[in-house]
Amino acid sequence: MYQSKWRSLTNHIILILGSLFMIMPVWIAFASSTHTREFLFQNGLQFMPGGHFFDNYGKILFDQSATKGRVTALQMLFNSMVLGLGFAIGKVIISMMAAYAIVYFRFRLAMPLFWVIFATLLLPLEVRIVPSYEVVAKLGLLNSYTGLILPLIASATGTFFFRQFYRSVPDELLEAARLDGAGPWRFFIDILVPLSVTMIAAIFIIMFVVGWNQYLWPLLMTTDDQLYTIVIGIKQVYNSLYEGGQIPQFPKAFALTIMASIPPVLVVVIFQRMFIRGLVETEK
Amino acid sequence: MKRVQFGHSPVPYLFVAPQIIIIAIFFLWPAAQAVHQSFLLEDAFGMSSQFVWFRNFNDVLSSPSWLKSAGFTVVFSSLVAVLSIAISLFLAVRADEVIRGAKVYKTLLMWGYAVAPPVAGLLGIMLFNPLMGDLYILFNKMGLDFNHIQNGNDATFVVVLIAVWKQVSVNFIFFLSGLQGIPKSVTEAATLDCKSAGRRFWTITFPLLAPTTFFLMVINLTYAFFETFGIIDVSTKGAPGGSTATLVYKVYVDGFLGADMGGSSAQSVLLMIMVSVLTVFQFRFIERKIHY
Repeated sequence: MYQSKWRSLTNHIILILGSLFMIMPVWIAFASSTHTREFLFQNGLQFMPGGHFFDNYGKILFDQSATKGRVTALQMLFNSMVLGLGFAIGKVIISMMAAYAIVYFRFRLAMPLFWVIFATLLLPLEVRIVPSYEVVAKLGLLNSYTGLILPLIASATGTFFFRQFYRSVPDELLEAARLDGAGPWRFFIDILVPLSVTMIAAIFIIMFVVGWNQYLWPLLMTTDDQLYTIVIGIKQVYNSLYEGGQIPQFPKAFALTIMASIPPVLVVVIFQRMFIRGLVETEK
Repeated sequence: MKRVQFGHSPVPYLFVAPQIIIIAIFFLWPAAQAVHQSFLLEDAFGMSSQFVWFRNFNDVLSSPSWLKSAGFTVVFSSLVAVLSIAISLFLAVRADEVIRGAKVYKTLLMWGYAVAPPVAGLLGIMLFNPLMGDLYILFNKMGLDFNHIQNGNDATFVVVLIAVWKQVSVNFIFFLSGLQGIPKSVTEAATLDCKSAGRRFWTITFPLLAPTTFFLMVINLTYAFFETFGIIDVSTKGAPGGSTATLVYKVYVDGFLGADMGGSSAQSVLLMIMVSVLTVFQFRFIERKIHY
């Protein structure tokens, strides 16, 4: 394609500026997280890393007194991992099964159940947080992984994704399988699941990131420090920044921020192709 | 639906059961609860409650703080949607043209999707920290008299900036894949006919991207409504004086911190209605797009 030198040059300049716009805040946070708090307090945010990387990160990862609560960042990372994986696995399994029933079976309640599932798309958790909290409290699930994960799974995004995909699977497959005497379980396990592997991977990546990044629900659910996710930990540290008349703990807050971002960002960058495919095809 | 299906059997019920049970417990029950509570007025201790018809809705709709929050939500959502779409479309068009380093740019512009909203909120508010935030210092050195802690407009600027930063990557991904879906023959023919890149964009590329843009508009509005909760809670907390509190943030503040259950439920129900309208709109559009 014809392209003038000038156009190509401006393209690069614009893209570099755009990339800097995205990266600068994170870079500043990283550089600032490797200085002592006294240094930051006197000299402001830093653009160049300092010499306290291992010191600051080590303390926050392993020393309970470094965070405000009695929980290490390592524990918070573990909790986030449980939430991210639990959310992704639960969502994939449940929505694959529900979509299978809806697409491949003729049954009386198919339509009403489909509409119930559809209705969950209308009302995100955010608009029903107070009653959801009460329900989970009544069930005695506050401060538990179950209470953290299950209510988040109650939405139909995944189901719609798999429904779409199953509908694109050729009908001949089912005909052939039935001629060979395969029942519903066999067809699902031996044919449909293997066919869906790339789809499963794509949706799994997106759901892991979405689960890891949950904020409002874990914030309400967890009053026990031991169950804080790393994203919640950031808020706790940030809230206590100015407590006690000491020099604010900016490096600590930044270190937590960096640690909270590394796992989901790595997942998205490493599995970029699958991730983009999943995102664009589900249309959220 | 499929032409070929399994016949009647209890099997499908087993397959949908997990999802339906979770939905019933964690979705239908709370949603019904919200509707129910929105018609109740609890006494100060939460011991007894009384059925008051639409009084809670009346109170909410006539309260100045709710109207202020609704106004902010509209302004905030439109600014976030328009700005983040414009910026990412601009970047995506350039990234689509570039040949050398295309992959690197793509990666550098898309990773932001994975950043949690509260993380973005913290990064942003640190840059506006009055003690050491570079942007705060820079703006005041330029003589702008910038103070987001006391000035509502400045605070709005801060949350919009953070929310846009967080959303650019998603829009960028959609626009770039939209652009790459345009057949090369179309772009080449356009290049032969028209030398001006700007005119080519507005007459050929943009109309072809219109469905994507419209879809992103809905996605971005939903994002600005709900997912910015984390950004606001970590950055401005709705301050000063509720001038940066979205409706969702207000439901949380009134329901959890203010313990006004009836009022908060009425707000929830109003939000549910608004979102339902938005989603139905979105779905009708997507259905239509499939028929093209």
